Amino acid sequence: MTTVTDEWVKVAEVADIPPLSGRVVRTKSGDIALFHAGDGNFYAIDNRCPHKGGPLSEGIVHDCHVTCPLHNWVLNLKTGEAEAPDEGKVATYEVKVKDGAVYLKLGGA
Amino acid sequence: MNSREQERLVVIGNGMAGVRTVEEILKLDPARYAITVIGEEPYGNYNRILLSPVLAGESTLDDIMLNPPEWYAENGIELISGVRATAIDRARREVVLADERRVPYDRLIIATGSRPFILPVPGNDLEGVIGFRDIADVETMLQAAKNHRHAVVIGGGLLGLEAANGLMKNGMEVTVVHLMDTLMERQLDAEAGAMLRRSLEERGMKFVMPAKTTEILGDENGRVRAVKLEDGTEIPAELVVMTAGIVPNKEIAEEAGLYCERGIVVNDYLMTYDPRIYAVGECVQHRGVCYGLVAPLYEQARVLANHLAGRGWMTYEGSVTSTKLKVTGIDLFSAGNFLGGNGADELILKDEKGGVYKKLVIEDNRLTGAVLYGDTVDGTWYFQLIREGSDISDIRGRLLFGQAHLGDAGHAEDSVAHLPDDAEICGCNGVSKGEIIAAIKEQGLFTLEDVRKVTKASASCGSCTGLVEQILASVLGGDYSAAPSEKPLCGCTDYTHDQVRKAILDNGLKSIPDVMKFLEWRTPNGCATCRPALNYYLLCAWPGEYEDDLRSRFINERAHGNIQKDGTYSVVPRMFGGVTTPEELRAIADAAEKYGAKEVKVTGGQRIDLFGIRKEDLPNIWRDLNKAGLISGHAYGKALRTVKTCVGAQWCRFGTQDSTGLGIKLEKLTWGSWMPHKFKMGVSGCPRNCAEATIKDFGVVCVDSGYELHVGGNGGIKVRVTDLIAKVKTEEEVLEWAGAFIQLYRETAHYLERTAPWIERKGLSWVKERLEDEKNRKALFERFRFSQQFAQVDPWAEMAEKHEDEFKPVAELV
Repeated sequence: MTTVTDEWVKVAEVADIPPLSGRVVRTKSGDIALFHAGDGNFYAIDNRCPHKGGPLSEGIVHDCHVTCPLHNWVLNLKTGEAEAPDEGKVATYEVKVKDGAVYLKLGGA
Repeated sequence: MNSREQERLVVIGNGMAGVRTVEEILKLDPARYAITVIGEEPYGNYNRILLSPVLAGESTLDDIMLNPPEWYAENGIELISGVRATAIDRARREVVLADERRVPYDRLIIATGSRPFILPVPGNDLEGVIGFRDIADVETMLQAAKNHRHAVVIGGGLLGLEAANGLMKNGMEVTVVHLMDTLMERQLDAEAGAMLRRSLEERGMKFVMPAKTTEILGDENGRVRAVKLEDGTEIPAELVVMTAGIVPNKEIAEEAGLYCERGIVVNDYLMTYDPRIYAVGECVQHRGVCYGLVAPLYEQARVLANHLAGRGWMTYEGSVTSTKLKVTGIDLFSAGNFLGGNGADELILKDEKGGVYKKLVIEDNRLTGAVLYGDTVDGTWYFQLIREGSDISDIRGRLLFGQAHLGDAGHAEDSVAHLPDDAEICGCNGVSKGEIIAAIKEQGLFTLEDVRKVTKASASCGSCTGLVEQILASVLGGDYSAAPSEKPLCGCTDYTHDQVRKAILDNGLKSIPDVMKFLEWRTPNGCATCRPALNYYLLCAWPGEYEDDLRSRFINERAHGNIQKDGTYSVVPRMFGGVTTPEELRAIADAAEKYGAKEVKVTGGQRIDLFGIRKEDLPNIWRDLNKAGLISGHAYGKALRTVKTCVGAQWCRFGTQDSTGLGIKLEKLTWGSWMPHKFKMGVSGCPRNCAEATIKDFGVVCVDSGYELHVGGNGGIKVRVTDLIAKVKTEEEVLEWAGAFIQLYRETAHYLERTAPWIERKGLSWVKERLEDEKNRKALFERFRFSQQFAQVDPWAEMAEKHEDEFKPVAELV
């Protein structure tokens, strides 16, 4: 189901990911968590919490944040940064929505 | 920031109450006001209650700064410091400053605080005569300690004793002159006061009391040299500290024509007689009371901020205060109506040699006051009972011995004061006592929530909450702002769990967005704390009608398995009453092999747990298990978990009833029901209690003549043994009581509150009354059965059928 257009890769239909939820995109270099956030936009970050590697895609999504299911770290979906008092950061990826589909830019991947 | 739409809010006073109000407003509605703070002292805002440790050399000035000047700039607040506000021009709505500048306001907060009461005796203006109020006073005292020998502290209250202790630590000989015959008579009864006096005397402090100061004598240079008492005695002193009370700074209000008595009189919204002008803190008189501790001021600040931010639903109804003396090595605690009298009962424990004294005052089965000396471990707990007005009749006999004697085998027996700094307090997040103390001092924390946010201590399992509260109380003394008795559900709202539940029922709110909109949630879609709570409250309130919101459930309840630390899941099939068959075992064994379970383990609740199942395999393993008749065991949910049984009369020579059969019936009745927290049951066939029914949420112990029903047990973080709630004769009655008990818990507990703390909060008598009333019990049972119609759907079958795709990656780019 994946087609490559330039560097953008189609990864999902908008309907696959209802608002305030997340899904996993499996890649060669590890899992990416793709979210439909509270602001209506899609965001993608690495699916490993900087704390103990928890699967962020399984967390509760609120506004533009996700709470890690393992120890409740809160990560900002826009910047990938952990909210205070925790410190840490996960990689973020560019996402765009076009014609009802979600595209992901994997950079060098 | 000074846009035209913004109202101008001016605060006179840069102290703790005024600035706390501003902080609370910024939290609620940061853009609403253009804020100006006028402060007389040339500093930012500092923590006045920690001046005593600074004097005693246990903290430094830097440690106690709360808001440095940059904080004001970062928040767009104009700070005018080092200038006194001299008048309020109400007609023109301007504050007049000493340098004749005029600051216009739309709304004004007076937070001028208080000043020491200076005795009206000759010589009170000599050099070396001061109060104990601000940084300048501390500097004067430290200076005097370098150059002089004798100090007299007039007034043996909390502040006076802390000042005397600090001066003594700086090498001065200190005499305390006190007008009354009991030290700290506003907090202590005569017994505790006498014990305190003895231990301070052992440290070298001298007391002259009761004694009245009539004059302060000076030397030829105009510096104090002695204090003269009514009986003619002269006590040498080169430093006199007056701590005989505080006087609210009401003058600026009074001169502006605002109504004042002892302080500036305000209503329950902290509003003065001029509706544009508010007052908060020690300058205020509310319902006849002027407060001098921090906790009440912070409660006032919250209410005032709520009002000024236009929410307008909170009212301030006065505070119950508690006090703790900040003198290292002396443990003293007092709260509420500690004097008793007027028909109140008193429970007293006195161990003169051991230096322990405890007095509890009880009125109408409620704790209304406490004085503790020597052993204050339970101060926080007593204070909580006082503020919550809990019915203590069930624990009256054990109350005096503290919380540790209520079956709490957790941490509570250790007194935090005696732990070394490197002692680990929070085992989940690895936070030591020293780290917590440092955070409290350096970052100016006052509440449990603050400490949790900054250090993570007690932010996970919460079992060390009591210890953290004790540390807060011991660092901050009586000014520790104990969490309000009614805590907001989470940071997204000011409403409490109970208020939210009531609003859902009263207003027919039927979805999470509806609740958030109606109650003006501060965040667009909540957080990981409130969303699961709201989802549960709605589910409980509208069975069959409310559609469960999976996105507001924790992953375990979404994936119907327990997420493990490597991201795989564990799968536990239900075995009613812990009974299984060879066919079921075969199916489980097949599934374990087929899906590569990394471990197979028998659980504490008599079930079999398959570990290491990959998420995308979950629907398939469920399907396989379903084929053998196995359904979800809800081992992951805030739900009915298991009914543990012993073999009972069918096999056991001691068994009195069919405990296994009864366990199966109980589990068939209750499986699938969602609860505020996990819920476990047990049925033992005789009092030997092999099923450990007396540490379950609901336990049945069979006896020859029937069934004993036990509730509120817990084998978790805090072990709690159940309370016996009833004895019944038939299995039908057991089922009815169980269902009714569960429904009462479902309807009245806070989300994530297990039955043990719920029962302690509500009182066993309260629970008992509701269940013993047959009509009420049957109604509860009926509501439980009604909601079970919709709840008893195997989630495994449903998920495997409807949501299978969601368990797989949405794309695989490999």
